[in-house]
Amino acid sequence: MQDFLTQINYNAWILPALLALPLAGALLLIVTGALSSDDGTLEAVPSARWIALLVFVLEFVVSMGLWWSYDPAGPRWQATFDHWWIVPWDARLSMGIDGISLMMVLLTTVIMPLAVLGSWTSIRTKVRSYYALLLVLTTGMLGVFVSRDMLLFYVMWEIMLVPMYFIIGIWGGERRIYASLKFFVYTMAGSLLMLVGILYLWNASAMPAVGLGQSFDYDRLLGIAHTHKAALWLFGAFFLAFAVKVPMFPFHTWLPDAHVEAPTAGSVILAAIMLKMGTYGFLRFAVPLFPSAAMTPWVRSTILTLAVIGIIYGALVAMVQPDFKKLVAYSSVSHLGFVMLGIFAVTVQSVQGALMVMISHGISTGALFLLIGMIYERRHTRLIEAYGGIARVVPLFSALLVIVSLSSIGLPSTNGFVGEFLVLIGSFRTHPFFTLFATTGVIFAAAYLLWAIQRILFNALDKPENEQLTDLNGRELAMMAVLVAGIFWIGIYPQPILRRMEPSAARFVSTVENGQSSMRTAERETR
Amino acid sequence: MYFDLSIPSQLAGALLPDLILVVGAMLLLLVSVWGKESLRHARLTGLLSIGVCAITFAAVVWLWHARATASPGIIAVDGFRWATDCIVLSATIIAATLMIDYSEREQLISAESYVLLLLAAGGMMLLAASRDLIVVFLGIELMSITSYVLCGLDRRSSRGAEAALKYFLLGAFSTGFLLYGIALIYGATGSTDIGTIGTAVTGDSFNNPLLLAGVGLLVVGFCFKVAAIPFHMWTPDVYEGAATPITAFMAAAVKAAAFAAFLRVWIEAFPGATAAWIHPLQWLAVITMVGGNVVALQQKSMKRMLAYSSIAHAGYLLVTVVVANSLGASAFLFYLVAYTLATMGAFAVVIALGEPGERNQEIADYAGLWHVSPWLASAMAVFMLALLGFPIAGGMGFFAKWYVINAALRAPHPQTVLAVILVLASVISAGYYLGVVLVMFMRPRADNALVVRPVPTGTFLVIYLSAFTILLFGILPNGFVMLARESVPISMVNAPAGPPVTAAASR
Repeated sequence: MQDFLTQINYNAWILPALLALPLAGALLLIVTGALSSDDGTLEAVPSARWIALLVFVLEFVVSMGLWWSYDPAGPRWQATFDHWWIVPWDARLSMGIDGISLMMVLLTTVIMPLAVLGSWTSIRTKVRSYYALLLVLTTGMLGVFVSRDMLLFYVMWEIMLVPMYFIIGIWGGERRIYASLKFFVYTMAGSLLMLVGILYLWNASAMPAVGLGQSFDYDRLLGIAHTHKAALWLFGAFFLAFAVKVPMFPFHTWLPDAHVEAPTAGSVILAAIMLKMGTYGFLRFAVPLFPSAAMTPWVRSTILTLAVIGIIYGALVAMVQPDFKKLVAYSSVSHLGFVMLGIFAVTVQSVQGALMVMISHGISTGALFLLIGMIYERRHTRLIEAYGGIARVVPLFSALLVIVSLSSIGLPSTNGFVGEFLVLIGSFRTHPFFTLFATTGVIFAAAYLLWAIQRILFNALDKPENEQLTDLNGRELAMMAVLVAGIFWIGIYPQPILRRMEPSAARFVSTVENGQSSMRTAERETR
Repeated sequence: MYFDLSIPSQLAGALLPDLILVVGAMLLLLVSVWGKESLRHARLTGLLSIGVCAITFAAVVWLWHARATASPGIIAVDGFRWATDCIVLSATIIAATLMIDYSEREQLISAESYVLLLLAAGGMMLLAASRDLIVVFLGIELMSITSYVLCGLDRRSSRGAEAALKYFLLGAFSTGFLLYGIALIYGATGSTDIGTIGTAVTGDSFNNPLLLAGVGLLVVGFCFKVAAIPFHMWTPDVYEGAATPITAFMAAAVKAAAFAAFLRVWIEAFPGATAAWIHPLQWLAVITMVGGNVVALQQKSMKRMLAYSSIAHAGYLLVTVVVANSLGASAFLFYLVAYTLATMGAFAVVIALGEPGERNQEIADYAGLWHVSPWLASAMAVFMLALLGFPIAGGMGFFAKWYVINAALRAPHPQTVLAVILVLASVISAGYYLGVVLVMFMRPRADNALVVRPVPTGTFLVIYLSAFTILLFGILPNGFVMLARESVPISMVNAPAGPPVTAAASR
């Protein structure tokens, strides 16, 4: 495989190709839409979804080469690409992947075809625009994960908002307008301060002594020494942007609204990929760029406290939700709390665990949202109390829901277990107190999900509407088969993934520790 | 190319574009009264006025390209002037194009409006060129008096008459401030020449109450013209009452020219004043940014909303005046291009959707526009996102904001707080810019909504060319960045340089 990839010079073109392909698909859809005079309903243009599916499958196939071409023992950035962009400001189209980006890119390319299949019959109006937006969204998301240029990163980070805003606002549920506006304004408010921070960094990166001008290059920015006060302010600006996206308690209030109102694919993408951008931002930018600020004792303990509050609060609130989709939305707050705990505990194990939770939460929660979408299409309600005893009516659906829920709870041999376990044992070494509280989150997760499953699948079949439900069809089974395979593969044999992520996780930890020790030396010198 | 401004013929050479424009306007005046009053005749006048602007534009580009320079004198011959001229002339061409379609819709026969547009543009170009406070005054007066008339163009409209009268009274009042300020400055320094004032004024001379008061009055006069809070009271009513193309013209060109003169006077004549006056200007910028955006949130009418949004943008531009150095000037030019295109594009959409008698201009009337005319709605979304300063989808708007924030961070006295307030104000503005997008895309089309009429060719071109330009240079702004950077004249570069950013931030 490697030989073949080298032969076609895979690493040189793959990243720009991954970004360009969805754009080309979107352009095709827009152009055909402009040329034809139909009303854009599903009946009029059944081809739109096929085009989107085709592009996403192609994208997935092409991206899989990264799995083999990425060499964990190799240099930090692989499959690099570099091209001029805004010459006077020295902003470049500079891309590359490390172990962390690799997994996020692959997660994205796996989830996106499923998102199309999840919208297959549920999106019936303006289908061309819908799939075009999904495609543009993909470019934005992949761009975030592969950017090595801060301006490119910021542009990609912001550009994702627009398609998602429209997807929620046009094809969403009843309160979609409120939810989409809230989503947009929250995220934008957070990230604009980051823009000021990025500009500040850019200006600080000039080194006139050696003839270097300002730069957006990530590696250059990594090497800038900040005063402690400046570092704290900058970290604050980045923290806000990423904390809103994660979302950390108390910045999470946009999430339940956005999740509940979004169409199925929107929820899947939000949960599986977009939330990960927040934690990715911490791993890639906020913490390594300003280690001295991030590791300041009060900052660190505040963030850890918020993470643990998120874990417990998210779980407790999920428990009392009457709406299944909202329940899953709050469970995301809880799961992402584990990721934050892992990142800020800063041990190789906990960081790897955090990465693992990011991946498995993407798969499990994505699957949960898909399942909710399937049952919602049949029954047009998401209220838990509207169901009951449907295991007898829709056995396949029920079996899958049970498997996916167990993986979300973190049952051993499923993917959920690996990540949370690693986070907990990794964090216990440095922060036993916080870890103790976080562990209760696992128990609460079992409580809210199992209780919900009991009320939906089991109990008495006492509602006549539920007796006519049809079980999953081939398309739906195929989607779930992919995800369930992922659940068990990661749960039983996570080694290939861990191996690819380990050097990057270790590098993260050492960067932070170096920053910390240099801070201590500086303090000692000032004394 | 070198002009010795003490020789009259060479001074005329340096004023070539301005002369072409004014002579063209005079000839057009003859044309406009020549034929029988009819829409067709007015249309012809309009097309001719666009031609005059185009020729002037070519002359500007030629002089710019020839890198013309001049001895110090009453007018400037530099890139800053040419860049401002180009912006002003483009805005005039757009306004005239829109006016042609608008007057056909409203059955408004006024060939003279195009002459007035040209004369106003002449005043603006004079403002952009002026290096003497008397010339500044002449430019402002030429621009303002024609604008007063333009506001009251539609004699059938009572709101137009109200707007014209209001604008005239308040404008005349503010001109008084400006003139008095100029007189006091003359009294304190003995000159009206900006260069001479610049050498006479140092940081210490602000102990002289005459100069202090003079500069204060000057600031008030300029702030009125650019509609900065608290001197903005006329703006919403005038913008709403005037014919929409004229509103677009005022929001873009009048503001641009007044700001250009403000910036030049500020940087070249009062380099010492930047320290003494920085706090009042900062406060003006802050209340203009925040106030404009907060009030815009409440608006129901599209034109009023855009009026308040233009006030907010005056606040962002004031930041570049606070910065007062070459970086601020290039940020200003770049911002102005993006702002002009986005604002005029948005007003063009308002014209395209408006109904006779200036109806169908409430934001609610745009509900579900996407379902009936997706391209028009998409173009409007681009303009809104550009005004919001959003990357890629908002095109140049993002880099414009970026540029201003960067200028603020790198100012001699770093304006980090001002930069933060700027972005927070932008977040507020998301509320109403996105509100328009939301209404167009996410609300259903009302049952009694009017059928969207085919967009007239001129308006069509304005809308889609602006949107295209915004998007194109939002992806690859290289050319504009270079241009904005090179357009800043030496006289502005010599403004006092600041300490490096890192040192300042550690304070």
